[in-house]
Amino acid sequence: MKGRGVFITGIGAVSPLGMSVDEMWEGLLAGKCGIDTIKAFDPVGFTCKLAGEVGEFNIRNFVPKSHRKATKLMCRDIELSILAAKEAVENSGLVTKATDPDNVTVDPSRMAITFGAGVICCNLEEMSPSVAKSIKDGKFDLGKWGTDGLESLTPLWLLKYLPNMLACHVGIIHDIRGPSNSLTCGEASGHLAIAEAAEVIARGSAEAVITGGSDAKVNPIMILRQCLIGRAAVDRNGDPEGACRPFDADASGSVFGEGSGILVLEEAEFAKKRGATILAEIVGVGESNNLNAKYESLEAGAVGTQIAIEMALEDAGIEAKELDLVFPHGTGIADDDAAEAEAIANVLGDAVDSVAVWPTKGMLSNTGAAGGALDVVAAIMAMKTGKIGPAKNCNNKADGCKLNIVNEPLDKEVRYALCCSYTFGGQTAAVVLKRYGS
Amino acid sequence: MSERVVITGMGIVCPMGHRVEEVWEGLLTGKNGMAKTTLFDARTFPTTFSAEVKNYDITKVTSNPKLHEHCSRGTSFAVGAAVEACKQAKIDIETDSPDDGIDRRRMGVYLGAGEGSVDNINFFDAMAKGWDKENNQMDWEKWAEVGFGKMDGMYELEQEPTMTGGHIAMLSGARGPSRSCLTACAASTQAIGEATMLVRNGKADIMISGGAHSMIHPLGVSGFNRLTALSTRNDSPETASRPFSASRDGFVLGEGGAIIVLESLSSAKKRGVEILAEVIGFGSSSDAFRVTDMHEEARGAVLAMKSALEDADVSCEDIDYISTHGTSTSENDSIETLAIKTVFGEHAKNTPASSPKSMFGHLIGATGCAEIITCVLAIRDNILPPTANMFDRDPELDLDYVPNEPRKAEVKTVMSESFGFGGQNNVLIITEGRE
Repeated sequence: MKGRGVFITGIGAVSPLGMSVDEMWEGLLAGKCGIDTIKAFDPVGFTCKLAGEVGEFNIRNFVPKSHRKATKLMCRDIELSILAAKEAVENSGLVTKATDPDNVTVDPSRMAITFGAGVICCNLEEMSPSVAKSIKDGKFDLGKWGTDGLESLTPLWLLKYLPNMLACHVGIIHDIRGPSNSLTCGEASGHLAIAEAAEVIARGSAEAVITGGSDAKVNPIMILRQCLIGRAAVDRNGDPEGACRPFDADASGSVFGEGSGILVLEEAEFAKKRGATILAEIVGVGESNNLNAKYESLEAGAVGTQIAIEMALEDAGIEAKELDLVFPHGTGIADDDAAEAEAIANVLGDAVDSVAVWPTKGMLSNTGAAGGALDVVAAIMAMKTGKIGPAKNCNNKADGCKLNIVNEPLDKEVRYALCCSYTFGGQTAAVVLKRYGS
Repeated sequence: MSERVVITGMGIVCPMGHRVEEVWEGLLTGKNGMAKTTLFDARTFPTTFSAEVKNYDITKVTSNPKLHEHCSRGTSFAVGAAVEACKQAKIDIETDSPDDGIDRRRMGVYLGAGEGSVDNINFFDAMAKGWDKENNQMDWEKWAEVGFGKMDGMYELEQEPTMTGGHIAMLSGARGPSRSCLTACAASTQAIGEATMLVRNGKADIMISGGAHSMIHPLGVSGFNRLTALSTRNDSPETASRPFSASRDGFVLGEGGAIIVLESLSSAKKRGVEILAEVIGFGSSSDAFRVTDMHEEARGAVLAMKSALEDADVSCEDIDYISTHGTSTSENDSIETLAIKTVFGEHAKNTPASSPKSMFGHLIGATGCAEIITCVLAIRDNILPPTANMFDRDPELDLDYVPNEPRKAEVKTVMSESFGFGGQNNVLIITEGRE
């Protein structure tokens, strides 16, 4: 990367495998599965009845006293972001207003926040009484909604569901006054946010950035959407553990979920000067578009993803064979996985047999905007521990998939890791990480 | 090492027209885009009017309407605006073999694109059928029966904000860095700012940037009405948007798409395209105060304005005109005025500052780019668009808001401001185009 160096100094994760980075990491190494029958609502009438859900928590216990009142204005996506950001900031050792207002270690105006967010669906349970007030002769009546229904919505209703509110709440809690951006590029949002956050530091607009992605897709509208588009696995409702099968011959669709992966990035000299523990370095980012003529499916050969990976490697100044580990997007949607596998294999060339590839969605589910960031967290843990966990449900690789998918836990020194993602809108990103000091 | 970034193309679809020159002429001749809402029956809503895009037909602007046939309303506006902007910038679109000398890997898309709308009729039908009156709760099985029976997958997919950029990429073949952000009313200003940074730092030669949004649907209007952010001057839609006036009572919800082509100066020169203006400064900040209100001392707005001036390496005296966020809400217009006074000091009263939202309404995610386009035209023609509907001065607000009439003035360097819910502040500075 051009410009100032960018270090990762803190990580946080809330996922279907647990409420912390450690729980997620232990789960991933053990090949545990966070997918189960949906609990958030009764999915009996849905073709896909599965999701990756985060457990119960009370957000009031995780915010500073001054922000408790604001918890009423939080949708699930915001809550997940606050939890993961708390862990990441504590992990980094940075002192913000939330941890100790009298001893903050970074000037609030030199701190930025760049999040990836999903499109947020309003809580339909919350809205249902207002709809009930708008029923006339057994049918919904818009005229009645305008008078009775609307008036019974909580006044600040809209503010709960704007995608930038994830970053706004976290920014208020930690007193972040520099640039704040919210990228809404579906499943590529997490990596694009991390890419932008790294640029914000590299170009000198901030010394520290809180970044990553969060998404909560376990609500009736989101699950319905994925089912209607044909992206959700609908034939394995009785086998949650085996439902999401990235790159497997029997893959039949993705399973959607919720989570948040958050990182603290710092400018290299700033981090060293304050004696931060440096987890990894962001050395390359690449971005492009897949031109998806059928919008719901990835372009054949995932040409855009291949370009993004090539750009990221060029930015990092390394060759593909130097990679030790690749986290693919790998959703479990057979055609998309085939296209992505082709793109990755093209870039890896002769190294395709040796570079380990570890898809995580069989365990974590497809957590939308959070997915890319959770993979970056996993990459950092792989660097730290020298371990790679097993891919789940890829016992019988799909025809034509040349990738070296890891099916058994592996001890391996990881110096360089690549994380990739794409979304049906076309945006695609790749991030190259380097183990610090290697 | 860093590249100068210029604007080489512009396009707009908004309540005042579907082409840049048509919208500009309207702004200078006192037209406006407000009228009774027709997109849905809003007669019983607190606000019954809006600024809608009228008579727009996407099949007339694209040679490949099939590619966009399911797209959201916002996306369709973005497509129209992008076609106009790319044509001006001499970017070949809708072709597999472009002949414009542009390496597609060096051309990206960065939008501030809004989400679409649920399929309202079927969504509300599902909600009503799913309501279990006896148990006072939702019956999801009944809800799903309507959802699966009547809702359409492609329609739903197209409502996601990622899709607008996807359509622009399909149109232009862009394979460079591509992002989309949604920072409420500041989104397209932020998109242009960050896209400028990508070109400046050599990540791309060309970025197609801007925004698109339509929230004129039952849930959008309900949300803004509950926040009391919208004007309820139902008896006089055309005078309802009155930024900086004492009687202002909220903004008028508009919709639209606005696109500009950002290009490195060296690429523009190499391709021989006209340089319309140069983006010289970007400042971005957050209030970190409350999600409900702007900071009372305009802390975030001031920081963003100062950062933009610093980035542009110009002083307040160099700014000939401020294109304000000027929404016509009580809070925004007061705090924005305070921010201008804080940053510009003595010079504030000598710096004309107007709000085109008084005429085209608030285009939400698209508004920042629409206003950048008006800034470029102000520089080109040396004329300032007015703030319409200034009938009664607010004694607290005493800047030169260019009331009611456009004004001839020498305009070289302009500041454009956008502020979004949650405390999002983004400011751009542009100047006349020169090599």
